[in-house]
Amino acid sequence: MFHRRADALFTVVTRTAGAVSGGVLLVLAAVIAWHALAALGDPGLSALLGTRWQPSSGHYGVAPLVFGTLAVAALTLLIAVVGGAAAGLAVGWLLPARVATGLRLLLLIAAGIPSVVWGLWGLTTLVPLIGRWAPPGTSWLSASLVLAALLLPTVAVSVDSSLRAVPASARQAVAATGLSPWAGLAAIGLRPLRHGLVVGSTLALARALGETMVILLVAGNVAQFPRGLGDPLRTLTGAIALEMGYASGAHLAALFALGAIALAVVVAILVLAQCLGGDREVVLA
Amino acid sequence: MPEHRLIHWRWRSTLANATVFALTAVVVAILAWLVIDLLRSAWPRLSWNLLTEDPRRAGRAGGLAPILVATAGVLTVCLAVVVPLGLATAIALAEARGRWANMVRASLDVLAGAPSIVVGLFGLLIFGDALGLGYSLASGGLTLAMMVLPVVVRLGEAALRAVPAELPATAAALGLSRTSCWLRLIIPTALPGLLAALALGVGRALAETAALLFTAGASERMPESLADPGRVLAVHIYELAMNVAGGEASAAASAVVLLAILTASQALGLAAIARSRRSRPS
Amino acid sequence: MRALLLALGLGLFLLPAAERITLTGSSTVAPLAAEIARRFEAAHPDVRIDVQTGGSSRGIADVRAGRADIGMASRAVRPGEEDLIAHTIAIDGVAVIVHRDQTVRDLSREQVIGIFTGAITAWPMVGGSGDVPLVINKAEGRATLEVFCDYFGLKPAHIQARSVVGDNAHGIKTVAAHRDTIGYVSIGPAETAVADGVAIRMLGLDGITPSTETLRNGVWPVSRPLNLIITTTTTPSPTVAAFLAFARSPAVDDLIADLGYVPPPR
Repeated sequence: MFHRRADALFTVVTRTAGAVSGGVLLVLAAVIAWHALAALGDPGLSALLGTRWQPSSGHYGVAPLVFGTLAVAALTLLIAVVGGAAAGLAVGWLLPARVATGLRLLLLIAAGIPSVVWGLWGLTTLVPLIGRWAPPGTSWLSASLVLAALLLPTVAVSVDSSLRAVPASARQAVAATGLSPWAGLAAIGLRPLRHGLVVGSTLALARALGETMVILLVAGNVAQFPRGLGDPLRTLTGAIALEMGYASGAHLAALFALGAIALAVVVAILVLAQCLGGDREVVLA
Repeated sequence: MPEHRLIHWRWRSTLANATVFALTAVVVAILAWLVIDLLRSAWPRLSWNLLTEDPRRAGRAGGLAPILVATAGVLTVCLAVVVPLGLATAIALAEARGRWANMVRASLDVLAGAPSIVVGLFGLLIFGDALGLGYSLASGGLTLAMMVLPVVVRLGEAALRAVPAELPATAAALGLSRTSCWLRLIIPTALPGLLAALALGVGRALAETAALLFTAGASERMPESLADPGRVLAVHIYELAMNVAGGEASAAASAVVLLAILTASQALGLAAIARSRRSRPS
Repeated sequence: MRALLLALGLGLFLLPAAERITLTGSSTVAPLAAEIARRFEAAHPDVRIDVQTGGSSRGIADVRAGRADIGMASRAVRPGEEDLIAHTIAIDGVAVIVHRDQTVRDLSREQVIGIFTGAITAWPMVGGSGDVPLVINKAEGRATLEVFCDYFGLKPAHIQARSVVGDNAHGIKTVAAHRDTIGYVSIGPAETAVADGVAIRMLGLDGITPSTETLRNGVWPVSRPLNLIITTTTTPSPTVAAFLAFARSPAVDDLIADLGYVPPPR
C-alpha cells in the first residue's frame, strides 16, 4: 500500500517533468511565431518571399539567407563527418588504449571550445590564408571550415562512444581469429559505427544550422547568393545577430520571421535525419 | 583464405589506416594550432591575479573575478533547473514506450537544434521582460537551461537504458517498490553515464555567448545576487576582442582560463565515471 | 520580480541599500561608460551602475520605455528625436583604413566615393598597388556607417561591399586579412591596432591626416559624438544627474584618452 502511493507519486513527478521538458520547445516556438506574425502584415508575405535582403531599402526577401544557412551547414557537415569519423575510429577502435585515452580527453575539451574563440582564430589565422585564393578571405568556405573544426569533436566523441559500446569480449574474439582491425570492424563494428555517425552528425548538423558567432566573424555577411565557395554569404542567424540591435518596426518583425524560419528549418532537417537514421541510442564513456 | 585475398585485405588495411591517421593528425594539428595561438596571445596577461582581481581599463588590465562569479552564478541557476528536471524526464522517457515518449524526445531534439540566438531572444522577451527579471544571472541561467536540457535528457536516458534489464526484474521479484528500485538501484548503476551527460551539458553551457548577452547582460560589475546582471566568461571574451581597442591579449587570456575550467570539469567527469565504474555491481 | 527573488533568499549576499543606475546602448560607448561608472562608484559607494550593450537604437528605445535610466548612442540626436536630451561625453573620429602594404597614403573625397560605389575598379587608378579594391562595409544600422555615409553623401544601398562587419575590431581584422581591402573604423581602435602591429594603416583624406590630435583640434572632418541620452519627460534622479555631470567633467579625460577618443568641447 505504501509502495503503491510512493510509486504513483513517482510516476506523477516523472511524467510531469517529461511534459514540462517537451513543452519548452512549444512555448519557444509559440513566442517566436507570435512575434513573427507581425511580419505577415508588414512587410508582408510577398516581400518575405523575395530574393533580395536589404532592409535599409525596404527589401525583405529571405531567400538568400535561407540559402546561406543551408549552404554553410551542408559543407560543414561534409567536412565534420569525414574528419569526425576518422578521429572517432582512431580513438575508439584503432589506437592503443593509452594514446586513445589522451586523445579522447583532447576531443572532449575541444568539444567545449566556445564558438567565439574559434571564430576569432578563424578571422585572424584562417581567413588571410583563404584570402590568397579568394580575396579577402571571409567566405562560405572559411565559415564551413571553422564551423567544421568546432563541430568535428562532437562527431568524433559520438563515434567513439558507439564503438566502445561493442563488448570487449567480442572484439577480442574477432582479433583472436587473426583478422586485421579493419576486417574486424567490417565484421562487428559497422552497425555501431553507423549509429555513432548518425547521432553525431545529427547533433553537429543541428548546431551548424543554429550557429551564429563563427559565421558572423568569418562568412563575410553579404546577403547574396554566393556563386562559389570563395564568395561571402549571410545566414538567418547571422542576420538576426547583426541587425537585431538596430531594427524596429517592419525590420524587427522580419527578424522574428527569420527566427521562426530558422526553427522551421531545424525541424525539417531533423525529421529528415530521423527518417534516414532510425534509432538513436548513445552510450557515452 | 586464398593468399591473393589476404594481400588485398592488407593493402586495404594499410590504406585505410593511413587515411584515418592522416585525417586524425590533421584534426589534432588544427586543435593544437588553436591552443598554441591562444597561449601565445595570452602570455602577457596570464597570471594568478586573473582569478582574484577586478577588471581594470575595460578589461585590458586586472582580473576576472566578477566574471568568474557571474559564470558560476549562471551555471548554478542552470544546473538547479536542469539536474532535477532532466533526471526526472530521463527516467520518464526510459520507462515509457510509445507515442508520448517519442514526441517528448522529438521536441527535445528540435530544442537542441534551436539557434542559440533565437533562444536568447526568447529569454529576453519572457524571462527578462514578461517575468520582470531584466538583465540578470537568473534570466541567463534559465535561458541556458533551455539549451542544456536536451543534452542532459537524451544522454541521461541512454545511460539509464543501458542498465541491464535483469536489475529491475530482480528488484521486482524481491518485492522492491518501483521508486526504491529507481532511486537505490538503477540510478546508482547508471551513474557513470549520468555524470557524463552532466559533463557534456556543462561544457555546452560554458561555451554559450549570444544567448547570455541578451539575458545575463554584459555588465562587468561583481554581481551581488542572482537578480543582478553579470558578464560570463564567453561574453567577456567577445567584448574584449570586439569592442575594446587592444583587448586581444586579455581576450586570449580569458579564453585560456575558460579552457582550463573546461579541462578540469571534463577530467573530473571522466574520473568520476571511471570511479563509479569500478564500484559498480557488474 | 527582482524583489521576490531577493526575498526568497536567492541572493548570494545580503544586499546593501544601493541605488542602481542602468545604462544600455551602443557597444562603442559602453567600455567608456563602464570605466567612468567604475570611477564614479569609487566616490559614491552606495551607488551601483550597470552598463549593458545592445546597440544605439536599443539604448534609445530602452530609455524611452523606462527600461534604462540612461541610453548610450554613438551618434547625434536626429530630427524626430526631440524628446531626447543628449549629453556628449566624448568625440570619436572615423577614418578610412587600408592594409599596411597598400602604397597609396591619401585619397580625395571623390576617390573614396568612387571606390566604395564600385566605380573605381582597380587600385592603380588612384595611385595604389594591387587589384580590385575589396570594400569592407559596416552592417546596416550601425552609427559608424551612418557617419560615413553622411559625410560622403552616400546611401547605404550605394555601397558595393565584399564583406560586411559588425564591430570595430571585426572591421580591423578583416582589413588586415588581405592587401587589397579598404574599410572604415573609429580612429581610437585603429591607432591602437597600428601601435600593436596589426597590418592596417589609416588613410589621409584630402590631405588631412587622421589622428586623435587632428580630431582634438577639429581639423579632422569625419567625427561623431558619443552621447548619454535621457528623455525630456522623466526627471533624472539626483544620482543620475550627478553621474551625467561627472561624465562630462575633465575628471574623466584620462579614461577618454585611454580608449582613443577625444574629450568634448567644454
